[in-house]
Amino acid sequence: MAETTEIRWHGRGGQGTVTAAKVLADACLSGGRHVQAFPEYGPERAGAPLRAYNRVSSHELRMHCPVLNPDVVTVVDATLLDSINITEGAKDATIFIINTTKDPKEIRAKLGAAASQKVITVDATKIAIDCFGRAMPNSPMLGALCKATGLITLDHLLEDVRKSFGKKFSQKVIDGNLEATRRGYEEVKEG
Amino acid sequence: MAKVVAVTGNEACANALRQVNPDVCGIYPITPQTDMMQRYASFISDGKVDTEAILVESEHSSMSACIGASAAGGRVITATSSQGLALMWEMLHIASGDRLPIIMPVVNRALSAPLNIHGDHSDAMGARDTGWIQIWSENAQEAYDNTIQAFRVGEHMDIRLPVMVCLDGFIISHSIERMEYLEDAEVKNFVGEFKNLYPLLDLEKPKSYGPLILTDLYHEYKRAQHEVMLKVKDVVLDVAKDFEKMSGRKYGLFETYRLEDADIALVILNSAAGTSKDVIDEFRNKGIKAGLLKPRLFRPFPYEEVAEALKNTKAVCVLDRSDSFGGYGPLFMEISSALYQLKERPVLINKIYGLGGRDYLPSHAELVLNELHGIAQGGKINIIKEYIGVRE
Repeated sequence: MAETTEIRWHGRGGQGTVTAAKVLADACLSGGRHVQAFPEYGPERAGAPLRAYNRVSSHELRMHCPVLNPDVVTVVDATLLDSINITEGAKDATIFIINTTKDPKEIRAKLGAAASQKVITVDATKIAIDCFGRAMPNSPMLGALCKATGLITLDHLLEDVRKSFGKKFSQKVIDGNLEATRRGYEEVKEG
Repeated sequence: MAKVVAVTGNEACANALRQVNPDVCGIYPITPQTDMMQRYASFISDGKVDTEAILVESEHSSMSACIGASAAGGRVITATSSQGLALMWEMLHIASGDRLPIIMPVVNRALSAPLNIHGDHSDAMGARDTGWIQIWSENAQEAYDNTIQAFRVGEHMDIRLPVMVCLDGFIISHSIERMEYLEDAEVKNFVGEFKNLYPLLDLEKPKSYGPLILTDLYHEYKRAQHEVMLKVKDVVLDVAKDFEKMSGRKYGLFETYRLEDADIALVILNSAAGTSKDVIDEFRNKGIKAGLLKPRLFRPFPYEEVAEALKNTKAVCVLDRSDSFGGYGPLFMEISSALYQLKERPVLINKIYGLGGRDYLPSHAELVLNELHGIAQGGKINIIKEYIGVRE
């Protein structure tokens, strides 16, 4: 990946999207890298569309504004594909990671993605329900992002998920999220 | 050994305050500061600090409680934003007039009306003339470092003044960034034991704070406040030198970026300075000599030093994230005053940006630098003050 990787997350309030961006920032600290994680703050309502951002770089990050030209676009809720333009500002080599039950080829056609852009899908909501019984797709999305970008190793990510979720949740929920992260990593489909 | 973390600006400041472990903290919530005092309240509840929390019903009371505690002889902190700082206004003057070294992070936010919770500098600029020292911070690291240094500056025996440490609401207070924490023991050692001066609780020597002084000596009292402000610059630099020895991070009265040989320059506070630096690099790559000056110490304002740093430029734009309606932006007024004393000075323009959290984008910096480049090449100034990033 380039020296600086810029990520834009699209989710809905209550899906753990902001938490995912925070966990990713923490996990990417390794190797002396610089990181940022910040949501776009609006009225905080469950179900409302929201954006969150990450920057990861070998250099000091001085830019303090939203990511305008993302290297990676992560869509935590596929219903957003019908309501907002998630390809806005995308680059020639942007990677799209979409939580959907649909086939990546179908999503590629829907997005009108260029051949140089990668489209990756993962059924993160199903994985989350399987692993810990709640439709919280953030941990499998982190697994998918880890696989698609190679920003961090899976082991490293799992360690950070354990650390972040360990502060708030029971062992059962932590184990479920670790399994979901692992499955998100393994079950990505490219098309 | 420094500890590298990814934390928010609020978390960073709360930890700086924890490491100092003051005696008393006035606490009242207001977005976007709330999270800082909430974290500090957790430190108190968890026994990580010995601070006595005073939970109050308004910021006016919070500052009043801080004034009482500080006059009593304690090391005292609070934090606020926006309407909270505005509500403190009356008491801010009393804290500085009574020479009480209260330390207060201010998480900069817009003022109502209309109601807005996002970052701009209207709150702290409104407190410009309250007699408080103001130190401004670009990012979480600077907010943390400045909070620690603020104790040494305000509590210095030659100074004894309250200090605001300003950081941008949400953009810094709520964004997670990589930064480095110092060791608890290093910070404790750096700020040292609190030394009180004329404490009310020294019952053997009764004294009175804030008495009535009429036409006989009020004027002299205010001149004394002006004169102590003149000593602040040197103390800020001495403290910064010691801080650099400990942390390796260098601070001055302001930061210059690629300014030494610059033809055109931006003057801009806080987080937007970072975004501007990246754009300045792009202009340098195109062969345009652009630079930047980011004020750190805003009160007292280092006029001579700023003038010296900008004197060789041809055109300068001061970007203000607040406005004095019907006047120029407050930072512009300071830079104008600084440059007026020079025989030859750059052309100066003023842009108002980012009010109520409107994003300051690289394209805005580009627009301004292109305009400055045109002026430096002999072009005309169209308008001295204008709003940028406005939806028409």
